[in-house]
Amino acid sequence: MIGLVIVSHSAKLAEGVRELAAQMAGDEVGISQAGGLPDDAQALGTDAFKILSAIEEVWCEDGVLLLMDVGSSVMSAEIALEMLPEQQRRKCKLSNAPLVEGAIVAALHASLGEPLQSVNAVAEAALSTPKLANTG
Amino acid sequence: MGQEITTSQLRRWLLAYAARIIENEAHLTELDTAIGDADHGVNMRRGMGKLQERLKEEKQSDNVSSFLRSVAMTLISGIGGAAGPLYGTFFLRAATSPTNGSSIDLVQLTQMFRYGLDGLQQRGKAQADDKTMIDTIQPAVEAMEAALAAHQSPAVILAAARQAAHLGMKHTIEIEARKGRASYLGPHSIGHQDPGATSAYFLFETAAEVFAKTGTD
Repeated sequence: MIGLVIVSHSAKLAEGVRELAAQMAGDEVGISQAGGLPDDAQALGTDAFKILSAIEEVWCEDGVLLLMDVGSSVMSAEIALEMLPEQQRRKCKLSNAPLVEGAIVAALHASLGEPLQSVNAVAEAALSTPKLANTG
Repeated sequence: MGQEITTSQLRRWLLAYAARIIENEAHLTELDTAIGDADHGVNMRRGMGKLQERLKEEKQSDNVSSFLRSVAMTLISGIGGAAGPLYGTFFLRAATSPTNGSSIDLVQLTQMFRYGLDGLQQRGKAQADDKTMIDTIQPAVEAMEAALAAHQSPAVILAAARQAAHLGMKHTIEIEARKGRASYLGPHSIGHQDPGATSAYFLFETAAEVFAKTGTD
């Protein structure tokens, strides 16, 4: 079963998204979060080392999917992956999914035991799922 | 090109850079308030504080590559904001450039900046004229390469880098942002100098000041 990492500029947002996703997944899926800066929980920002420990926290051989919010969270996540040993890096994936919808969908599919690539595919598909369907 | 820049001179350069950024915190904040999220001054000051602590520690490696790598690690975690991964990547990649162990010559200094620039472009996906730090660093590196090819003296090479960096920084006033938070403003970003291009300019300003003196060391 794959693990999930929630990356956000805000520690509060990361924790909130983790909470929403965990509700879908039950206790079996490892979901960790890396939100905000290391020394100051209030300061907004992302930190590659925090992301690295979040990956290690939920590490498993099936792989780890990372979901990011905006801007530099992607760059910080890339640096975190570069710091991993090659055999771990190959099993980590940065998702293009929207953070909230993607995390919920990914948690659900991860809990069904689906492999990394398919979990990411459904999470990314959340980008094109209309929020306001059938309301017109 | 006989002149060698030692690790302790690189350290002196980065201490000068940190001090220059801290002096200019209000200026960077002002620039980032106009077209960004007003955090560049604070973030850079935080990172430079960490860098000063790191550089003032007793134990310092005299190996150029490990020195640059430790600078990168400090900045990745210390700056916060988009500048953290960007400056971090710049020095992380610079650390992989060729050295003579505990020193570099002017050719290698130029390569160090070139490696950093290439890493920065890969990480941030920015091109020239996107109104980013690339607009300062790319012309500076190109000016150094041209001055080296023309067999100029170290002082001329460093002055050329500083001048090109300065022109590049000023050029960001005229162009529209296509990367980073300022790109949300579109044409409204024209008329404002880019904060990242400004903090990057100080790299070359302080390099020219510090390394120009190293010939007599």
